[in-house]
Amino acid sequence: MSPEDIQLVVALCKARAGLKIDPTKTYLMESRLAPLARREGYNSVEDLIAGLKLRREEPLIWALVEAMTLNETAFFRDRAAFDQLRDDILPTLTRMRGPEPIRIWSAACATGQEAYSVAMIAEEAQGLEPGARIDIYGSDIAERCLEKAQSGLYTQFEVQRGLPIRQLVRHFDKIEDNWQLSPRIRQRVRWRRINLAADLSAVGRFDVILARHVLTALDDGIRRRILESLAAALPADGFLMLDTEVSPQDLTDAFRPVSDRMGLFARNPSFRAAA
Amino acid sequence: MKTCLLVDDSRVIRKVARRILEDLGYEIAEASDGLEALAWCRAAMPDVILLDWNMPVMNGLEFLRTLRAEPGGEEPRVVFCTVESHPDRIREALAAGATEYIMKPFDGDIIAAKFEMAGLT
Repeated sequence: MSPEDIQLVVALCKARAGLKIDPTKTYLMESRLAPLARREGYNSVEDLIAGLKLRREEPLIWALVEAMTLNETAFFRDRAAFDQLRDDILPTLTRMRGPEPIRIWSAACATGQEAYSVAMIAEEAQGLEPGARIDIYGSDIAERCLEKAQSGLYTQFEVQRGLPIRQLVRHFDKIEDNWQLSPRIRQRVRWRRINLAADLSAVGRFDVILARHVLTALDDGIRRRILESLAAALPADGFLMLDTEVSPQDLTDAFRPVSDRMGLFARNPSFRAAA
Repeated sequence: MKTCLLVDDSRVIRKVARRILEDLGYEIAEASDGLEALAWCRAAMPDVILLDWNMPVMNGLEFLRTLRAEPGGEEPRVVFCTVESHPDRIREALAAGATEYIMKPFDGDIIAAKFEMAGLT
């Protein structure tokens, strides 16, 4: 890739999705873009970029940005966060909400494992208030990821990363060499394409938002804007779940940590007034 | 140091698994069938057993059922590691007392993840 091609990819990713791409990691760009080039009928990544410059087609630009996003995920990734959701957050919220649905949003769900992990927890949850309803939403910027998420179909390798065997046999059917989530679990999750770097004011209200393993890949200014948009989407007693690499307090005063629980945040009471 | 008994009739699999488990901090013993594994367990119960299903002399499922019926045999965590991947076979293994289950092929990440799920790390 020429320096000019690299600059174009870096600029497009930043402008469209707030993605922070290191221009020195040419191999990473090429390995992510090569499958897209093949799929689109180009002989090489260089040809793909040349075609993109020539035609400037929106679907191709988005396909390039999507190809550069991180799709690394696993069922029950960082298990402690899910234990906390099951044992603490859900019982507390269902007690407070009564028959009102609890809305949970997996905000950068990639191929869906995080949203389905929440769905399995909701399905198995013990000790919740009678009649409690939990609505789960999964979103990602990448259409191809959402298609896979919607299918609920995973390889043997994917189901063995993080998914205990009892949950595999309880919730999945074996389809040839792959495993598919049962219709019951699949129906619990609603999917939507959402670009977190875009305007999130109409996204709705959620009691729990999971935005784990996404913010570190984004530009600082956009990260702050996203965090403030997420704060606006949370009620005062809602929770934001992040990975432990992100400290929202370093970027904005919209959130405060919830006691000593790693990665768990609540909206700052003062944030509304400031917003 | 925790001990792990590797039970597999394939020397290659035992070699690969040994390397992964030593990196995870386990002291390793090896057996090539269920009967040999029982002898190990009767001498000194390991903390965990990584167990193949299809083996000569005594297969993994027979071994597990026998082990669980022995004094102290309920203690070790048993992680099956096998090409058997039909859900009915998996249920059979769980009913016999397996703690976790790995479908071959495996790699270090899968073993580490499954051992964590089995409460071992």
